[in-house]
Amino acid sequence: MFLALRELRFARGRFALMGAVVALIAILMVLLSGLSEGLVNDGVSGLKKMPATSFAFQENVSKDAAFSRSLVGAGAVESWKHQPGVADATPFGNALANATTNGGVDIDLALFGVEPGSWLAPRATNGSSVVDEGTVLLSSTAKKAGVELGDVLTVAPAGNTLKVVGFLDGQHTFGHVDVGYVPLRTWQEVRAGVRPGEAVQSRVYEEFTAVAVRAAAGADLDLAAGDTAAGTTSLTLKQSFGASPGFTAETSTLNLIQGFLYAISALVVGAFFTVITIHRRQEVAVLRAMGASTGSLLRDSLAQSLILLLLATGLGVGAGVLLGAALTGTSMPFHLDPQPIAVASAALIALGMVGAATAVLRITRVDPLTALGGNR
Amino acid sequence: MTDQTSTSGLILEDVTLVHGDGEEDVRALDAISLTVEPGELVAVVGPSGSGKSSLLAVAGALTAPTSGRVSVAGVDLAALDRRRLTRLRRDHIGFVFQSANLIPALTALDQVRLPLTFADTGRPRDPASLLDEVGMSHRANKRPHQLSGGERQRVGIARALVTNPQLLLVDEPTAALDRQRSQEIVGLLARETHTRGVATVMVTHDHAVLHHCDRVLEMTDGRLADHTPTAGVDS
Repeated sequence: MFLALRELRFARGRFALMGAVVALIAILMVLLSGLSEGLVNDGVSGLKKMPATSFAFQENVSKDAAFSRSLVGAGAVESWKHQPGVADATPFGNALANATTNGGVDIDLALFGVEPGSWLAPRATNGSSVVDEGTVLLSSTAKKAGVELGDVLTVAPAGNTLKVVGFLDGQHTFGHVDVGYVPLRTWQEVRAGVRPGEAVQSRVYEEFTAVAVRAAAGADLDLAAGDTAAGTTSLTLKQSFGASPGFTAETSTLNLIQGFLYAISALVVGAFFTVITIHRRQEVAVLRAMGASTGSLLRDSLAQSLILLLLATGLGVGAGVLLGAALTGTSMPFHLDPQPIAVASAALIALGMVGAATAVLRITRVDPLTALGGNR
Repeated sequence: MTDQTSTSGLILEDVTLVHGDGEEDVRALDAISLTVEPGELVAVVGPSGSGKSSLLAVAGALTAPTSGRVSVAGVDLAALDRRRLTRLRRDHIGFVFQSANLIPALTALDQVRLPLTFADTGRPRDPASLLDEVGMSHRANKRPHQLSGGERQRVGIARALVTNPQLLLVDEPTAALDRQRSQEIVGLLARETHTRGVATVMVTHDHAVLHHCDRVLEMTDGRLADHTPTAGVDS
């Protein structure tokens, strides 16, 4: 460390430049992580907060559009209820809708239909639950759009009305729109386009999107067996995220960008230390002639890289978090989560070290003999 | 190896170093025998390519000879693996390089401290007082680019001596210096050699500094012979 620290200080301009590149990459990485987390929240926070462990959809439904295409009946619920390891199963309806409040605010909604009083029905912050037909519990984020408690929503196209009786705790969104929980019968009427006062065919009340299944604590459900028995196709809660509109495309794009960032940072750090090491060849030859062991020279150089990476990543993450804090709460879906940032920082440092190590290994090929004579 | 006093310093016995393989063999060293006692400054002169650098490389445990025996500080080098050779260089051999070859990032004092950071060496000398001894204490905080050629070489000598080596190998120490600095530097080397009882081999082109040396050898085509002053143009 004797030489490593002194070289860092002596060539601080050069190292600062390199550090700045790594720090910028770290900033970009934090912002991407926040954006990706924000998009995930926007896409599936409504699903994430459901107590279900899996959903059973219509058999052979297309997996990336399961929520919009699937229709199942009450028989599937009964079948799932009796599967081993299942604590309970209940109908679940999911549909996207456009609504207007009596105050004239347009709002896009994901209507979640649940049986009143079932384990799937959430409780609002003011204590109300999904009970009466024609009422809705909205995600707290709908308040930002201008919806207030007691507002009446008119849902297109049939003009069904929903009274806002409560707001849920925190963000519940699906496919980038706010979630509204309604009683299953109301959901079925809205979905079927039944106009208020119109006679309803009994068939309307027999269909819903999926069976929400909750596994007993500690039980490992055999989804395939359940599907065979019930004639359904199951997705775990996590797999069902992929059925949220745009979710897979968004996350895979961001993951790709993040992957590129890691590769770029490893290459940049590797290239930098390659140049530094080549530049130090004569010096390394002298050190080896003087009796410095290869191991100690490698340790010294790697310690130098690690210090640089730690400092630069730390600064970059700090700056990224500050920038991110400014973005949080704007219309941009942005959410900072410590865990993915910690993982990403560790990956950045680890890959940087791989790059540096590859470069620094050149030290082992320096012949101490070149320290003698006028060799350069 | 058993009797430390009689075998310390440098002993070369019938050392031959052949470069290349097969058809175009170059005999860099040809059956060289040389003993340098502790406290003795031996100069090796000779034209470029005569094998002077090869002599330093073999004596300094940087190159293994093709045949013959090399003993440094009472240790036969042939018995040592790479790791032990590195340790031997660290503990018992000091190098003074052409144009000093100091580390750009380090101050004069840190240059001298550097060899002691590689590992614990036996009986190191105090870097600050050593720097004072070579007349550089007033420049202790200067980096190489702030030092003159002569000053750099003084620091280089202090760096080579800080581990209290038994063998000091000096490669063209005056190549980049004017006449007066050259005299000072070689005078310093002679003084350190005599007071510290180190065996010193100095390779040089500079005939003007030879009067500081206890013995002068001439190298020609890999062979070593006693230098005959009358044969050269020097005084």
